[in-house]
Amino acid sequence: MKNFLKVVFFSMATVAFFSGFANLGIPEINPAPPPVEEVLDLGAMSLDEFIALGERLFTGKGTCNLCHEPIGGRAPLLDKITSIAEERLADSRYKGQATDAESYIYESMVEPSAFVVVGFGKSGSNDTESPMPAVSGGGMAFSEAEMLAIIAYLQDLEGVEVTVEIPTEVDTAPEEPASAEAPAAEAPPRAATPEAAMTQYGCGGCHEVAGQAGALGPKLNTIGALRDAAYLRRSLLDPNADIAEGYPPNLMPNIYGDQMSARELEMIVDYLASLK
Amino acid sequence: MGSSLTILPSHPRGALDRCLGLQSNNARPDPIRLVLLLLVVLLLPAMFGGADVFASEPVAAVAEAGADVGQYPPAPKLTADDYPRIPGVNSRSVVWLAAQLHLWFAAFVLAVPIFVFIIEAIGMRTRDRRYDEMAYEFIKISITAYSITAILGGLLLFSLILFYPHLFQYLSTIFKGSMFYYALLFFLESATLYLYYYGWHWLQGDFKKWVHLTLGLLLNAVGTMLMFLANAWVTFMMSPAGVDPSGVFGGSEWAAIHNYLWNPINIHRVVANVAYGGSVVGAYAAYKFLSATSTKLRAHYDWMGYNANFIAISALLPLPFAGYYLTAEIYAYSQQMGITLMGGIFAWLFIIQAVLIGALFLSANYYLWCGMGRSDGAHRYNGYVKYIAIVIVGAFLVWFTPHTLVLTNEELKSLGGPYHKYLGPLGIMPAKNTAVNVMIIFTTLSFMIYRRANLIATVPWVKAGNALQIALFTAGILNILFLGIYHGYFTNTVYKVAASIPQVLTTLIIIIASTVIDAMMYRGAKQVAPLHWGRITGRSQYALFLLAVAFTWLMGLMGYIRSGIRQHWHVREIFRDTSVDAITPTLGYAANMVSIGTILFMAMVIFIFWISQVSTRKTVTEGYWKEAAE
Repeated sequence: MKNFLKVVFFSMATVAFFSGFANLGIPEINPAPPPVEEVLDLGAMSLDEFIALGERLFTGKGTCNLCHEPIGGRAPLLDKITSIAEERLADSRYKGQATDAESYIYESMVEPSAFVVVGFGKSGSNDTESPMPAVSGGGMAFSEAEMLAIIAYLQDLEGVEVTVEIPTEVDTAPEEPASAEAPAAEAPPRAATPEAAMTQYGCGGCHEVAGQAGALGPKLNTIGALRDAAYLRRSLLDPNADIAEGYPPNLMPNIYGDQMSARELEMIVDYLASLK
Repeated sequence: MGSSLTILPSHPRGALDRCLGLQSNNARPDPIRLVLLLLVVLLLPAMFGGADVFASEPVAAVAEAGADVGQYPPAPKLTADDYPRIPGVNSRSVVWLAAQLHLWFAAFVLAVPIFVFIIEAIGMRTRDRRYDEMAYEFIKISITAYSITAILGGLLLFSLILFYPHLFQYLSTIFKGSMFYYALLFFLESATLYLYYYGWHWLQGDFKKWVHLTLGLLLNAVGTMLMFLANAWVTFMMSPAGVDPSGVFGGSEWAAIHNYLWNPINIHRVVANVAYGGSVVGAYAAYKFLSATSTKLRAHYDWMGYNANFIAISALLPLPFAGYYLTAEIYAYSQQMGITLMGGIFAWLFIIQAVLIGALFLSANYYLWCGMGRSDGAHRYNGYVKYIAIVIVGAFLVWFTPHTLVLTNEELKSLGGPYHKYLGPLGIMPAKNTAVNVMIIFTTLSFMIYRRANLIATVPWVKAGNALQIALFTAGILNILFLGIYHGYFTNTVYKVAASIPQVLTTLIIIIASTVIDAMMYRGAKQVAPLHWGRITGRSQYALFLLAVAFTWLMGLMGYIRSGIRQHWHVREIFRDTSVDAITPTLGYAANMVSIGTILFMAMVIFIFWISQVSTRKTVTEGYWKEAAE
């Protein structure tokens, strides 16, 4: 009996030591909670909010930063991705269909093996096969809109022009970490009609349009007969891209791309394009 | 849902599949070869090819034709309310403990017949009855454990059906064939085990003994098949195959069984089971040794403990390689899962693992060094022990060193970054690979001096042989250090990982070559004196207890990480876990669960050991029974 008790005591002490070490000897890390379903109202987002969504997806649901980070060198860094894209598209090893930086980033997400950076291919594949999973499938199952948000984030990260257009519809129900800030909750109330949107953003203060008679900028009453939707969208997002004859540059504030939601922007563009 | 069906995965097969081929055999009609061939014939088709029994149609054909796909639903999308709950009962904890206890017992009862078979074969070859008796004693222990394994398996099944009915329904839809054959095989396993155990004394003598040994082989083949089937269900949840991205089953059960991580887990578990079984039997022998009242019994249980420890350590030596192979395949399957495993939230778990494996190696070596006291010639080698101990402890400390440290701002400032200037470089994998290889080589050295302790070589080339051994070990260790340091710190990541393979090969070459050289050197060697079995300290027996407890705890911990890397998925990236327990538990919580499981397991094992002795006890009952009429 004495031996039995000694052996039991020794074994219990061993178990207690292992348990104690696991509880006290190493830092306690609380794993992130599982993602929860959240329906995004992308149409109500401004470009800044869309970029912020891309960042959250990059570091959260997509866990992209697990590999695309400087420590460990598991995957290429993406802080200069748009600048490097042109060089990669011209590379003889490139197997994809992309034509510019935006489509290259998109393609890299849905078809990672279209171009594999030297040294980052799967072991034994001679850099022809990427270890990265396609983000459109599997556990990440990114929607089109989410992939565009990541592209917008990467473009913004690099400090180049964000060429992505915010989609107004979400093609699949996206997911976000439960801990992520809900952007829609803090966004200003959004206009329901183009007239309301133009009133909200004060277009009539400078332009003659929609029953208002601003005189600082060009008249827009029949602008749809002169300019197409793409021109009008560009003028709203980047007013200095095309300056109307007789008007100085920098007159129109370059803020609407940040302030307007994608849906508001499209409503205004469609409305203006219909004024013929 | 699209009409076309894409079957997962398109991943290339694992390294084992790539290089394995059944070689042509010019086997002579040797009985041992015949039984080995039988084992191969039984197991290989299930592991590597064919398995027509599970494959009604080729996967590709089903995928192309879309045949019968409509009959299989996609993976369910559940809410927390879809999981039945019982007030006051934590579903996950119940399933966790039932699964872990079942696994510990299953590992034990699958492992014991493996080395019972080997020991019986050794007994047959040497005609040393002691081996046969020891093999019988081992199988006697496992027979009670067998029924507890089955009971725990039933408990696991019921708790799964009760608490996770949708998961069980989904898995059973895909694995209905293998589950049915699993049940049939279980009958065969039971029948073979009972015949093997109860027929032990009946099937003795020339031909009958061969029949008995063949039964042992059959028992092992069936047991291994059972484990492989259960492994398929588990690995499907980690690396699903044979289903489309929404979880719709493609119709080929074989594709789902033969998923990417199936063979790596199969290999890892077979090796680990043997080591584990050896350690539990070693603990049994240690307890019997401490309780023995006669010199003869002490000698018997000392000898039994030595053999059990020998088996455990022989399997422990290749175990890190099997683990490394499994991890590499996890990375190859999904880099994201691999990083979660080694570089994400589970990274600190490997520090705990290092403590446990360090405890295993140190206790196993300590037992060997103590065991040298059985020999009168050990004094010639005692001086080397302290150097071996220093190297093993040093290697353990390297393995134990973390890469990054969780620090306060002040600590970070004082340290100058998250890495320590000198110790930081020891935290990365090349340092740890080097350390574990060195640890294994020096454990081999411990074995070697233990074997030599009681022998005096008589061959004329002893000096040359010793010089050759020294050269072998020195060159090998230098090579391992060079590979670890040069490729680990002066080349890029690809070579860091790739260098581990020549390191492992170097270690294997040292083990094999040194064993062969020593076997030749000590052929016909003189014994210093007969070994004094039983001449060993009681303290040394606690090393065997430590081995068994550390193994049990380690298996529980690694079970947590194997399951945990799926994170919030029942079937990874196919079937989400939306229960209230979907969150990955912290390491501390997991460690406490493992400790509770270990204590329950030890209590059950003590009961089994006790019950196996009860059957041999008799109480004299004079005057109780009516005397038979004359």
